[in-house]
Amino acid sequence: MKSDPKAVLTGAHFLDGDHACSEGAIAAGCRFVAGYPITPSTEVVERIAERFPLIGGVFIQMEDEIASSIAIQGAVWAGKKAMTVTSGPGFSLMMEHIGLAAMTETPCVFVDVQRAGPSTGLPTQPAQGDMMQARWGSHGDYGIIAISPNSPQECFDLTIKAFNLSEQYRVPVLLMMDECVGHMTERVIIPPAEEIEIFPRRFYDGPKDEYLPFKPDEDLVPKIVKAGDGYRIHITGLTHDEKGYPVMTAAAQEKLIPRLVNKIKFNAEKIIEYKEDNIDDADVVIVSYGITSRVAIPAIEQARKEGIKVGHLRLIVVWPFPEKRITQLAGRVKSFVVPELNQGQIFYEVERNAYGKAPVYLVPHAGGTVHNPKDIYNTILKSLKGK
Amino acid sequence: MDEQILEIEESIPVNPIESFLRTDRMPHIWCPGCGIGTTVNCFTRALETSGLDLNKVSVVSGIGCTGRVAGYLNLDSFHTTHGRPIPFATGLKLANPELKVVVYSGDGDLFAIGGNHFIHAARRNLDMTVICVNNSIYGMTGGQVAPTTPISATASTTPHGNFEQPFNLPYLADSCGAVYVARWTAFHVRHLTKSIKEALAKKGFSFIEILAPCPTLYSRRNKLGDGLDQMIYYKENSEIKHGADTKSVALDFQSKIIVGKFVDRDRPDYLTLMNEHYQKKFGDKYTPYKG
Repeated sequence: MKSDPKAVLTGAHFLDGDHACSEGAIAAGCRFVAGYPITPSTEVVERIAERFPLIGGVFIQMEDEIASSIAIQGAVWAGKKAMTVTSGPGFSLMMEHIGLAAMTETPCVFVDVQRAGPSTGLPTQPAQGDMMQARWGSHGDYGIIAISPNSPQECFDLTIKAFNLSEQYRVPVLLMMDECVGHMTERVIIPPAEEIEIFPRRFYDGPKDEYLPFKPDEDLVPKIVKAGDGYRIHITGLTHDEKGYPVMTAAAQEKLIPRLVNKIKFNAEKIIEYKEDNIDDADVVIVSYGITSRVAIPAIEQARKEGIKVGHLRLIVVWPFPEKRITQLAGRVKSFVVPELNQGQIFYEVERNAYGKAPVYLVPHAGGTVHNPKDIYNTILKSLKGK
Repeated sequence: MDEQILEIEESIPVNPIESFLRTDRMPHIWCPGCGIGTTVNCFTRALETSGLDLNKVSVVSGIGCTGRVAGYLNLDSFHTTHGRPIPFATGLKLANPELKVVVYSGDGDLFAIGGNHFIHAARRNLDMTVICVNNSIYGMTGGQVAPTTPISATASTTPHGNFEQPFNLPYLADSCGAVYVARWTAFHVRHLTKSIKEALAKKGFSFIEILAPCPTLYSRRNKLGDGLDQMIYYKENSEIKHGADTKSVALDFQSKIIVGKFVDRDRPDYLTLMNEHYQKKFGDKYTPYKG
């Protein structure tokens, strides 16, 4: 399926990451957005509000992020593609509805333009402190997908990817931007609509009386229908059977919850995306994502100039995490260095998957600005000295 | 013998509302004497004569005893999170304006945790019907005080009696801009059925409060007898006053109950305003939004 040519602004643009995200959503077919103002994410919904009336979309500024994060789910069950956009404090408020989307297998996109926390923190300044919250923030067990762009171009491209993955796996997909990427302005190429691949919603088309809303296909993902089509569906956040009916037993829980986790886990190799540079001969591997992947480049170049073999693994899809690749690399590299704008989050994931075969060094940062590449460089040196 | 039983079963007439229910989910969870089932009966009878295409009716509930209504109705039905059926319904309605959207939930769900959503949906005049079963208490969690518990009533979290001012729900809905506001009790089944039918036919934000007994957790703790005693109380103490000023219909502990249709007015709903506004703004470039 291709994008709608009437809505896609094909051409070369000079856009910030937030606006590129709005255009990505439009290109992906999103026609319902609910949001609540919060810096540094507001520009995403401002552009949506500007663009939607003439392309048949509805934007509504809700009374809070709790409302926004469930209004989009109502819109999805009425047949739209939908998204909400926020930053840290709003993201915290949305956690319950990430759980609802996971439990009811509602395809939708949550954008978090990360700022420094906790609490109100530094509203206009960057951080990457919501990465673990993205994975584990709602109560109970479930799987999600999280993606981290490092440029306005990727904000466009990966927003489309976020929608496509949400439709393919019927999960909430979290686009984990950061303030720098959101407010950075660069050249963004928007391709012709016919070159933009759209993953269509997995609508059921079998006999009406045989439809079971939560009976999974082979890839563990069930087919969906929408309200108004005569299926008389029941959708609940309670533990449910394949019919969608609440069943309050351990057996029903055992049948449902592992599937919600495994539909991501078993398809992880298809979902995972990362980019590697100079990995083949590397003694030290930098693992980074988002804006930090760009801040790390001067440090890597400096080290390589001095003959230190440093490679770079940049996470594009952060969750599911490329566990196998890290384990594989741990068997042959001397160390990993993980710079991130937090006090250690993805660092622990690298460490866990290195299984003690290679030491992992964190380059922490409290947020508010980005790392000084020197700190990353110094940690590269330190990691080789084994300190 | 078996044949005899079969014959008897075949001769039992089908309940006229059965086709509106997910009978494969019976028995339901509601206690004997609870008023929620009675309200569902009225709702289905209103639907029956409403002329609505039932495939286009969606019911959205929150969490709690009344929150279970969606799950028993043989319609597209959504059992959402605590306090959030209105914003879910907002997305549903705006994404497909063809749908008739009904929010069916309890007083705690809609007016404590969900209060903010109620006032904004009414202000926006979203085209939906909100039915609130008010049993004066949190039933499912064991009888805690609610924003509707009358002063002096006992609840599990006000063991010495409630001293917080409760909401006057019709006044709240009226002042936020609802186009249709009514209150009935579980005793007033005919009035209620008619009122639900009117609300469903109304374009914009319509609201019906239904007082209903919770014999297990409210009546028992307050020594008000069982469900039937509470129905007798409704019967003997209700006064029908259509058009009553909503300011004057606040409830006190076992006081007189003013019921009736208090508000029935017209003002353009959200999508009408949106379409008119953009048409004015963009002229021919704008295609009126229909979903």
